[in-house]
Amino acid sequence: MTAAATNAKSRAARAKKVRQFITPEGVDLELKIASSGLRFGALLIDLMIIVLTLLLFSLAMLWVGFASQSDVTVVVWMLGAFILRTFWFIGFELGSRAATPGKRIMGIRVVARDGGRLTADAVVARNLIRELELFLPLMMLGVAAAEDMASAWTIIAGVLWSLTLSLFLLFNRDRMRMGDLIAGTWVVMAQRVKLDADIATSSVGEAMLFSESELAVYGIFELQELERVLRGRDPRAMREVADAIRTKIGRAIAEEDDVFLLSYYRQLKARLERKLLFGKRREDKYASD
Amino acid sequence: MIPPAAPARMIDAPSFSTSRFRAEREADWIAFDLLLTKLEKKGAAALTSDELLQLPLLYRATLSSLSIARATSLDKALLDHLEALSIRGYFLVYGVRESRWNRLRRFFLYDWPAAIRAVWKETVIISLIILLGALTSYSLVSSNPEWYFNFVDEEMSGGRDPRATAEYLQSTLGHGKAAAGESESESGLHVFATYLFTHNSRVSILSFALGFAFGVPTMMLEYYQGIGLGAMMAVFAGKGLGYDFGGWLFIHGTTELFAAALSGAAGLRIGSAMVFPGARGRLQAASEAGRTAGKVMVGVIIMLFAAGLLEGFGRQLITDTVLRYAIGSMMLLFWLGYYYIPRREDVT
Repeated sequence: MTAAATNAKSRAARAKKVRQFITPEGVDLELKIASSGLRFGALLIDLMIIVLTLLLFSLAMLWVGFASQSDVTVVVWMLGAFILRTFWFIGFELGSRAATPGKRIMGIRVVARDGGRLTADAVVARNLIRELELFLPLMMLGVAAAEDMASAWTIIAGVLWSLTLSLFLLFNRDRMRMGDLIAGTWVVMAQRVKLDADIATSSVGEAMLFSESELAVYGIFELQELERVLRGRDPRAMREVADAIRTKIGRAIAEEDDVFLLSYYRQLKARLERKLLFGKRREDKYASD
Repeated sequence: MIPPAAPARMIDAPSFSTSRFRAEREADWIAFDLLLTKLEKKGAAALTSDELLQLPLLYRATLSSLSIARATSLDKALLDHLEALSIRGYFLVYGVRESRWNRLRRFFLYDWPAAIRAVWKETVIISLIILLGALTSYSLVSSNPEWYFNFVDEEMSGGRDPRATAEYLQSTLGHGKAAAGESESESGLHVFATYLFTHNSRVSILSFALGFAFGVPTMMLEYYQGIGLGAMMAVFAGKGLGYDFGGWLFIHGTTELFAAALSGAAGLRIGSAMVFPGARGRLQAASEAGRTAGKVMVGVIIMLFAAGLLEGFGRQLITDTVLRYAIGSMMLLFWLGYYYIPRREDVT
């Protein structure tokens, strides 16, 4: 029963990331907390864009400065760099999508924890703290390098202390940064999902018929895996899955894989949905029918 | 193997099928999707009144579809799409805030001073800490000038230390004969002002952000600021330049030190909310304090911008000490009046 246990475990892990979020209409949106990997990826992308912009901006200002021989360009450069560094995150997160370009690419966004509006002060608070989280460890190292009087142990202690602040999001289950904690925000998944065609309505679905006992071997988890394979349209994966099902229900290879799988999918789906209407939700093949 | 003779064919014509459900509602979802995309790209102003009326209807239709689909359908692609669409729609429909102009207006007229008023206790504490720092170093340096070198970096002071002559010190204040020759050329002023602004903003952000470590580092940082100030003051006062130095400091210092105290107060507010959350949960207390502090910090950055202008331009162009005192006091009165005079919105 190890496979059943793994299934249950992965389901529990997925459920752990879901947070209840009830709209005024009474529907639970089931927001999913963004993983630390996604957050880190988004941060890296943003930092790369910032550095690149800063580089281009500096080059342009250098060029203008040499051409005009005036030190106004220095002022523009300093102000520009300051604004870019401080307001990049704030500016984008105040927008209607509440996400920086890095977050958009990763498909995540910032949300107020209490379900209310994401207010400007919350966005400002969470991003000013970022300054500290990003630069405190670096500053600790810098200070240590500049002043010899600090012993190696103090340096290590300082860096470790600042790292625990920076990596705070790894130590709580809501994946909140220090800034999220203080601003009362969360970062959740917000990808866009294209509406794929309904594969259960295509005409090939009725090419062959399966008996009740043949359909009774699988549950919802297997149905949705089958759906994934069918939508993927990878012939090798389809062959493998089709063979697995055929051996399981004891059928000989008689028809094309896609016809077989589509028919099986359609009838299995109809059967499980019918049971769902009667209040029976069979999570996977290990659950009782 | 031959298929069984009597297959279980119950899917023939059910009165309800998820495919039929989808076919019936799909047009709504697509319309909602298009409307949201338009809203995201061009803002609410770009929608026609017809579309604006459609928005909540389509939103509710999508949410109800999501509920039905969750209860009846096992089509993962459909469920995922509806979920993503509903989440996107929820935040756009309920997140549509007031216009940018209104928000700015409210911030300057009400939110900013209200947030500053809310942290008045912390502001008093931080001001006292800065004062304490200044007094400590002042008394130490005036009793034994050697202390000065413990407090102020040699590079930072730029020769302004107890060994310097009174003439030199006076020249750094923009007075006397030496000043004309060696003070910075005027074209350098705006660079200097910008540098001061960005540097001070960074320090303030830091002292705010350090607040969450229960406010202790914030208080230390502010104390340290006071120390530098007091040491410098003792040096100038020891050479009989206390009055001139006061003017040199006062013109921008009232704004800058006020901003520094406020940023510390914002940090302290967060720290104290985490230590003493009161009747609320610790998380909620922290997030409420964080929102107030966020508003204060936007104000602090604006104040520091003003201080940078005063320091870079005002101080270098105006060398009359009385005038410097006058401008400094005006600024202080302006800030105090702006923040602490009660206004009508307070009652409502």
